[in-house]
Amino acid sequence: MEFDFSGIIPSLPGLWNGMVMTLQLMALGVVGGIILGTILALMRLSHSKLLSNIAGAYVNYFRSIPLLLVITWFYLAVPFVLRWITGEDTPIGAFASCIVAFMMFEAAYFCEIVRAGVQSISKGQMGAAQALGMTYGQMMRLIILPQAFRKMTPLLLQQSIILFQDTSLVYAVGLVDFLNASRASGDIIGRSNEFLIFAGLTYFTISFAASLLVKRLQKRFAV
Amino acid sequence: MNYNWDWGVFFKSTGVGSETYLDWYVAGLGWTIAIAVVAWIIALLLGSILGVMRTVPNRIVSGIATCYVELFRNVPLLVQLFIWYFLVPDLLPPDLQEWYKQDLNPTTSAYLSVVVCLGLFTAARVCEQVRTGIQALPRGQESAARAMGFKLPQIYWNVLLPQAYRIIIPPLTSEFLNVFKNSSVASLIGLMELLAQTKQTAEFSANLFEAFTLATLIYFTLNMGLMLLMRMVEKKVAVPGLISVGGK
Repeated sequence: MEFDFSGIIPSLPGLWNGMVMTLQLMALGVVGGIILGTILALMRLSHSKLLSNIAGAYVNYFRSIPLLLVITWFYLAVPFVLRWITGEDTPIGAFASCIVAFMMFEAAYFCEIVRAGVQSISKGQMGAAQALGMTYGQMMRLIILPQAFRKMTPLLLQQSIILFQDTSLVYAVGLVDFLNASRASGDIIGRSNEFLIFAGLTYFTISFAASLLVKRLQKRFAV
Repeated sequence: MNYNWDWGVFFKSTGVGSETYLDWYVAGLGWTIAIAVVAWIIALLLGSILGVMRTVPNRIVSGIATCYVELFRNVPLLVQLFIWYFLVPDLLPPDLQEWYKQDLNPTTSAYLSVVVCLGLFTAARVCEQVRTGIQALPRGQESAARAMGFKLPQIYWNVLLPQAYRIIIPPLTSEFLNVFKNSSVASLIGLMELLAQTKQTAEFSANLFEAFTLATLIYFTLNMGLMLLMRMVEKKVAVPGLISVGGK
């Protein structure tokens, strides 16, 4: 078979829209995931057995099921749940349900990263903060978390690159991200193979470049 | 949009033949296991070879393995699956192409694509674990083997690999569990594994919460079961003198 890549250039605007969708999914998933993940990590590390067990169960649960299952389930279930809560039909698109799925799923992974980050801070820091009369909240916010985040930035970025690749799973619910845009554009002009190769190369270039950057950052950030 | 809860739905007839929904789950779980186990065997074999290649004192050999790892780690799994399922068959010689596209039934060709895809995808990850395992061993091990007159293949086969594998059982376990989870992408090319059967049950019975709850329970149990099993294996083969499970 012969390849003809000339059809890609006129399709670039459509592909770009897909890439914007992919990046939006990733960015919102990462931000929401880190916030929720940090809360979960603090719960896991707290002295309350109950809180720590809830967070532990959450993490275990989400880490043992496939992301694709979460995406599919939320896509089908979120409209029902919203109806139970609000009592009326609230139309909600695939985009919102995917964002919720990514946030909740990634939070389990981010939680483990944050927890390891906090645990890597030496005990003396906590002792010093307490000796200064800080409350638990102040100590975490001003002393522990800033240091922990500095240490775990490379890991958080690596996890973000993984999420960048995993956003392609929204294909399952028909959201037009970069992969889906490539598939659709390729199908229209009967050149799906070329568009698939192009999509693969694009994902590769971005992820590879990003992971090289993370590696360099890792060296600079080393405490 | 009224929702009727019915946890007994799994024992009801699907309306297709005399099957119950539970039969669908069993069939789906069967496919999931069939994909994961075969893909894992491919990943373990290829990943070990690549892992050894990355540590061999030869620039070209280790360069090839590095390229492989970077390539397979930086392209999304779903894109790789589409490449194996849609693109690669088009590149085969005409005879093979006809066999793949026409003689094979659609389930078999989807299964082959998924297994190859997942096997090669996971091999890149296994490779990194094997490399880490080998590099974690004290340099003295290799030097001692060399001093005893071992050749390079013997050093790997008799000295380095038997120890490396035992060190990397925990990360390998998590890769093994990932294969099970990743096998769910097969549902996107029409293979009726666990997730696809779950979706179908949700659509046929309209009991979507029950359908997905059962699926998550199955995945969860599978994960926990395999993890406990691997922990036992880990304890059994732990290298004496190293920090091992249970802090012994």
